Amino acid sequence: MTDELFDVRLVVNGAAHDVRVPARRLLSDTLRHDLQLTGTHVGCEHGVCGACTVLVGGAPMRSCLLLTVSMDGAAITTVEGLTEADGALSAVQQAFVDCHGLQCGFCTPGFLTTITAGLRANPDPTEEQARELIGGNLCRCTGYQNIVRSVLRAAELQRERAAT
Amino acid sequence: MKPPPFGYSRPESVADALATLARLGPDGKVLAGGQSLLPILSMRLAAPHHLVDINRLSELGYVRVEGGDVRVGALARHAQVLADLPARAAQPLLGKALRLVAHATIRNRGTTVGSIVHADPSGEMTAVLALLGGTVRVATTAGERDVPARDFFVGPLESAVQPGELAVSATFPVLPPRAGTAFVEVARRNGDYAVCGVGALVELDADGAVSSARTAYLSVSPTPLVLDLTDAIGSEPDFAAAAVAAREQVEPEPDIHASADYRRHLAGVLTERALREAHAEALERSGRD
Ligand SMILES: Cc1cc2nc3c(=O)[nH]c(=O)nc-3n(C[C@H](O)[C@H](O)[C@H](O)COP(=O)(O)OP(=O)(O)OC[C@H]3O[C@@H](n4cnc5c(N)ncnc54)[C@H](O)[C@@H]3O)c2cc1C
Ligand code: FES
Ligand code: FES
Repeated sequence: MTDELFDVRLVVNGAAHDVRVPARRLLSDTLRHDLQLTGTHVGCEHGVCGACTVLVGGAPMRSCLLLTVSMDGAAITTVEGLTEADGALSAVQQAFVDCHGLQCGFCTPGFLTTITAGLRANPDPTEEQARELIGGNLCRCTGYQNIVRSVLRAAELQRERAAT
Repeated sequence: MKPPPFGYSRPESVADALATLARLGPDGKVLAGGQSLLPILSMRLAAPHHLVDINRLSELGYVRVEGGDVRVGALARHAQVLADLPARAAQPLLGKALRLVAHATIRNRGTTVGSIVHADPSGEMTAVLALLGGTVRVATTAGERDVPARDFFVGPLESAVQPGELAVSATFPVLPPRAGTAFVEVARRNGDYAVCGVGALVELDADGAVSSARTAYLSVSPTPLVLDLTDAIGSEPDFAAAAVAAREQVEPEPDIHASADYRRHLAGVLTERALREAHAEALERSGRD
């Protein structure tokens, strides 16, 4: 069976991209291969690890569980789109630096997108809520303690930045 | 881990979707949230000829409390149902079970009706539909039919939805007065499929005695198992006796996650816990706590 191709428009990190893809192209592969945005990582490709998490209309979703063709017209934010307008690290990114929230960094893009959306919904999480927020993402390195700290530090940083 | 090739249509209306499904017949496969279908395609456990993407059918993206039911449209995501306060007030078991369905990220895309059609015996919403005695509305170009939960689940990952058909909504009866619910489960990690889980519905009579005690189980049977434990619990109520009765009636299979014995043990422990919680809520809602 030869693959029929579909024209799809995606708005990724604010920029419109037109791609021609077969129906079976996963959004994670479109981001990484067609758009060369390799910040989105791919671990398990069946929804379990969370490394590929991106924001769709602001809500975190697994890009390995989305067909590109189904996302025609969607506004997507990848880890590349999380920095401030001037290129400075976002509060969540800075918190990961401050608290050693990563080691190898493979899982980090998925954590950063998930936490960014989570702190929009709940800007002042308790430690338990911070753990719950990252419950769907796997990390083989850190043991999670520093990621939980990063969530709490990011909330603090956001408040500090909002005050200045 | 890449899906095999398939054809693709994205209808813009339910009428359009039904016509497409009718034309495709056994070659067509509905794509809802894709949170179960995409892993299956990527692992190449299935190779459908043609996907019919229902994500543009915004007319099915509703949650309504109507008459004695909460009606959930086929495009309502788990997260949307979970956030719907009128629906959760009308049937609190919806919220209790939905927060145990996968992780928030999966719930942002996966649909509640999709999880019911998927008919996974470890899916929380299949158990909820079975416990409450809900229905699924199934449509074709020829018309609609309402399938009661007891006829809907045919086998593991097999529902009554036939090729060419679209499930358009599911209904969950609202909680009667003097009744309470609970949903408890044990999973390896929060958000994972449960090793065992129990939903409970307890109803009291006007004197506060238990008039009905029913439980539904995850991961211990090929289709959602519902037990009537009214006799076992008695009017006292004797929660431990109900747990013994439940342990005797479940038929778990061993797998890589747990032995059959461990699942049976969990079914007992969780039955007692769920019934206690549901009973306490029923008392509270009767003004008797
Ligand atoms: C990591 C992970 C963990 C998960 N954990 C849980 C869990 O703990 N509990 C749980 O219940 N679920 C869990 N899920 C599954 C999740 O709930 C899915 O959202 C759900 O099972 C399927 O809904 P969907 O909308 O994504 O359906 P899809 O994946 O799009 O479809 C599933 C099946 O149903 C059919 N279908 C869907 N909608 C319709 C319709 N309207 N008419 C006819 N056919 C239809 C499709 O053809 C397909 O066969 C998990 C998923 C992942 C990836
Ligand atoms: S790569 Fe998508 S969840 Fe693991
Ligand atoms: S930092 Fe290595 S997997 Fe998380």
